[in-house]
Amino acid sequence: MDYSQFMIMHHELGLLVVFLLVFLFDTFFSKNLQSKLSVTACVLFGIYTLACFFLPLKSGEAFSGMYATSPIVMSIKNILNVGMFIVLLQSVKWNNSAAQIVRRGEFIELMLLTLFGMFLMVSARHFLVFIIGLETASLPLAALVAFDKKEYESHEAAVKYIFTAVFSSAIYMLGLSFVYAMSGSLYFGDIATRVVGAEGSFLLYVALAFVIAGIGFKISMVPFHLWTADVYQGAPTSVTSYLSVVSKGAGAFAALIILTQVFGSVYSQVWEWMLFILIVLTITVGNLFAIRQNNLKRFLAFSSISQAGYIMLGVVADASVGAAALSYYVLVYIFSNLAAFGVIQAVENATGKVEISDYNGLYKTNPKLSFTMMLAMFSLGGIPPFAGFFSKFFIFSAALEQGSVAMYVLVFIALLNTIVSLYYYLLVVKAMFITPNDNPIERIKSHWSERAGMVVCVAGIILVGLVSVIYTFLNHAADASQMF
Amino acid sequence: MDLSYSIITLLLPLFMFLLLGLFGMKMPKKVAGILGTCAMLVTTVIAYGVALKYFFDPQYMVDGVRQGQMVFNETWLTLGHGLKVDMGIFIDPIAAMMLIVISTISMMVHLYSLGYMHGEKGFQRYYAFLALFTFSMLGLVVATNIFQMFIFFEMVGVSSYLLIGFYYEKNSAVSASKKAFIVTRFADLGFLIGIMLLAYYCGTFDFKTLMSNPGSIVNSAAGVTFLGCSAASWALALIFVGGAGKSAMFPLHIWLPDAMEGPTPVSALIHAATMVVAGVYLVARMFPMYLFTPEVLDLITVTGAVTALYAAVVACAQTDIKRVLAFSTISQIAFMFTALGVARPELHEGVGYMASMFHLFTHAMFKGLLFLCAGAIIHMVHSNEMDAMGNLRKYMPITHITFLIACLAIAGIPPFAGFFSKDEILVAVYQQSTFWGVWMSAVAGLTAFYMFRLYYRIFWWNKPDYSHHTPHDCEWVMTVPLVILALISCVAGFIPFGHFVTWNGGNYDIHIMWEVAAPSIAIAVVGIVVATVLYRKENSLPDRIASSMKGLHRAAYRRFYIDEIYMFVTHKIIFGIICRGISWFDHNIVDGFMNLLARVTNGAAYSIRKLQSGQIQMYVWVYYIGALLLALVTCLLLI
Repeated sequence: MDYSQFMIMHHELGLLVVFLLVFLFDTFFSKNLQSKLSVTACVLFGIYTLACFFLPLKSGEAFSGMYATSPIVMSIKNILNVGMFIVLLQSVKWNNSAAQIVRRGEFIELMLLTLFGMFLMVSARHFLVFIIGLETASLPLAALVAFDKKEYESHEAAVKYIFTAVFSSAIYMLGLSFVYAMSGSLYFGDIATRVVGAEGSFLLYVALAFVIAGIGFKISMVPFHLWTADVYQGAPTSVTSYLSVVSKGAGAFAALIILTQVFGSVYSQVWEWMLFILIVLTITVGNLFAIRQNNLKRFLAFSSISQAGYIMLGVVADASVGAAALSYYVLVYIFSNLAAFGVIQAVENATGKVEISDYNGLYKTNPKLSFTMMLAMFSLGGIPPFAGFFSKFFIFSAALEQGSVAMYVLVFIALLNTIVSLYYYLLVVKAMFITPNDNPIERIKSHWSERAGMVVCVAGIILVGLVSVIYTFLNHAADASQMF
Repeated sequence: MDLSYSIITLLLPLFMFLLLGLFGMKMPKKVAGILGTCAMLVTTVIAYGVALKYFFDPQYMVDGVRQGQMVFNETWLTLGHGLKVDMGIFIDPIAAMMLIVISTISMMVHLYSLGYMHGEKGFQRYYAFLALFTFSMLGLVVATNIFQMFIFFEMVGVSSYLLIGFYYEKNSAVSASKKAFIVTRFADLGFLIGIMLLAYYCGTFDFKTLMSNPGSIVNSAAGVTFLGCSAASWALALIFVGGAGKSAMFPLHIWLPDAMEGPTPVSALIHAATMVVAGVYLVARMFPMYLFTPEVLDLITVTGAVTALYAAVVACAQTDIKRVLAFSTISQIAFMFTALGVARPELHEGVGYMASMFHLFTHAMFKGLLFLCAGAIIHMVHSNEMDAMGNLRKYMPITHITFLIACLAIAGIPPFAGFFSKDEILVAVYQQSTFWGVWMSAVAGLTAFYMFRLYYRIFWWNKPDYSHHTPHDCEWVMTVPLVILALISCVAGFIPFGHFVTWNGGNYDIHIMWEVAAPSIAIAVVGIVVATVLYRKENSLPDRIASSMKGLHRAAYRRFYIDEIYMFVTHKIIFGIICRGISWFDHNIVDGFMNLLARVTNGAAYSIRKLQSGQIQMYVWVYYIGALLLALVTCLLLI
């Protein structure tokens, strides 16, 4: 075996190095130094993120085509790294709290491992590798969801998460076994050529639906989303924010690759219709439920469900433009959602309050937090000139470029839904700035790490849209990738 | 002054926004205000320099036709398939004219606010927002392409949201700003779809490319039809909807009267002179394309005419002086739209286009003046209601004279500015159709009536009790802008506008057509006389008339219940029925089912019931059925 081919897995190897360093620190360093663990992990991960971005990394295939990487795949991994970095940064304070002391290392290590799994998901070109990635990404997350050992809800959330995750994996495998039955291979490339001629067979429809359902669970598309709200509400906020952006982004990109690479050439019609139905359901149901929520984490859970619908528009769009628009959307979504979660976390850590009505009059006491939250809401709602507008614009125009009438209808429904979403995003803004409150949340002195995380997010929200190079870069990356 | 200096008019306000926004709170209020005003003065001088250079330098004329100049154009974003978005500065007659209008009014408002906003909390923030607004508005008018225009269109919306909600401690101000934001966003959705359609069929956002050969572009999209209209018609109609939202055309006008909750100078700047005419500007900018879709122009005419009458009738019954002015603004902007709608090159060289722009110019001046006067009055009597005013001519002579000049101008009495521009509009409308001509003349008569009703109620009528605080003219920073704008309103009508702004850049002499002008003067005089009889001295006649037409008066006072209809649809139907239905379903059916399931299956296991284990079964069940249904539905769809 040629071991040099491992070098193609540069992102994964780098991540493992970070993981091992954190692990060694955690295991062998003295008690006094342990309190520096979270910060050290942040720094290490930051260096790794920058290195991945700036080093001239090669793309190519390894392990007889089971694993592949290309410019756009590297870009999405870099984007996920950015999200991971912000999540780690925001979790420093929580991770240093008294309840966390004995297991702060575990938290970071498990997080890094799930990211490793996600990297495998987007780079896999063979379904076995994909499954390993998927499970590596899912199982540690269940432990993370249950991380608030003393919180009852955290356990409940974890139980719900793991049951649904296991069930969805089973369904997914069942779908795969159908695919294997039809094609006799698990290589993406082989399946694409071998399943020709199965048009109209119901087995194919079921197989596709099961595969989509399996991924739909990861990105919480309706009707595979029922776990989302409970888990988001119950899990520690750091884990929730991680679930809502990084895990979702990786899932969406994996869906793009599987659907376009494996089934794209022959059965694009079938899965495009399936996604059409799912996207309409996801955006609409997510929006309608979001309107009535009062718990901010539940609220963001439903908002993130409808955002998942927008992200999936990139999958049905024209191939390479769609990949670029999807990656861009994920990047912008990371900044916007993490800004919102950053504020929630800062407020929750200081006061334990998570209801929207608790935020009434927040502006009077905490203008900066309110401002950050407002920007996040504006960006999620897609108001120009913030980044969220551009990401929506690109993903809509990518979908329109596909050119069929169904796409027009789909984009139109999505556009109408942005108006609805604007309403509920503004509700949060209204609570903070407008609704009078005699005793609003007192002035919060947020931890430096929380502030740093928010500054990064706000900068992203304002600049990512205006600095057009980013989208152009992603577009070139997508164009340059043969097999993205 | 070279045209490239125009970049300064954009960068300076942006810089001021950043400076005042970031460091304003660290400066004394006075310094921040004066700094903002001085920067605006520099901006104004440069804007004038650029506009005058463009209008008077013969190098921009080719064969007697003024050419649009692309001063800057940088590619900002490449969207693939040859489609790219630029950012730049494009100066043509209407852009140059708008530079003058925006910088003049903005300058006056900056100066005036030094007095009006004196001592307000957040004074620095106010000046920062004014600078942001000026920047966005200037960026909008010099846009080189429709996408750039859209971005600035939205930024104008955001800064107006911030300015309307400036008194964020006041609930009505905040809900008004939210309403303005959401209503115009809704219209902007139309705009965005229109842009996408246009870009899809024309392959470019660029104004210059679009305008160089509008016929073939429109025809190339003629093959695709939807509901009997071509894609080009749809695109242009949707773009018009975007403009109609910003310009408060019926039925999207509901936000404008509420927006009066903002500080009065803001109303003068945004809701009288600049932002609300953005829609007119948008249609004027794309006018050569609209010429090829006459059905859309007809839509514009009808929308304009209906709105003009509706708003004029409503204005007659309002008692809040700023709301009278708000409806008057809606009505006057509708005049501009109507003029654009009836403009055709073959009719008198497209006089409607010129008339519309002319009216935009004069209206900005006299309506800005009216709002600033209203601000001065409100500053003195601390109320917006007419009942708190009366007989003010004795106390506030300068405000009185300037307000009267503005009223005469808007009523269309020569030689004030409004007469000339409104006369051109009426000429254009009569050439197209006598029906709409008579209609618009009637609206012009109503305009004279309600404006003078307002005038007499403020400055004559009875004398309320001012003993606790005698009103007087305001300090010089507030009266100087009034006098300047009044002077402009007196002389602006004599500008040979046809030599500067025409639909194709050509030259055109304005003639006053006395067969149209004479009757319209007569109608205006009648309107003024009726108002004089009714409102000069306090009497019970107006109340009796109002009670004899009780239904109509009340309907007009309540603005024909349009707001109520909106509230009904959004709150009762959308939030009430649909959302409540779903939430009911969620709470009762879904939860209820699960609770039942939990109770039945795990009734004994107390601890497990607490975990709601039934719910996971439910989740999984939905998941599985969902996946199977997905396969089934798609299968049925495709076979």
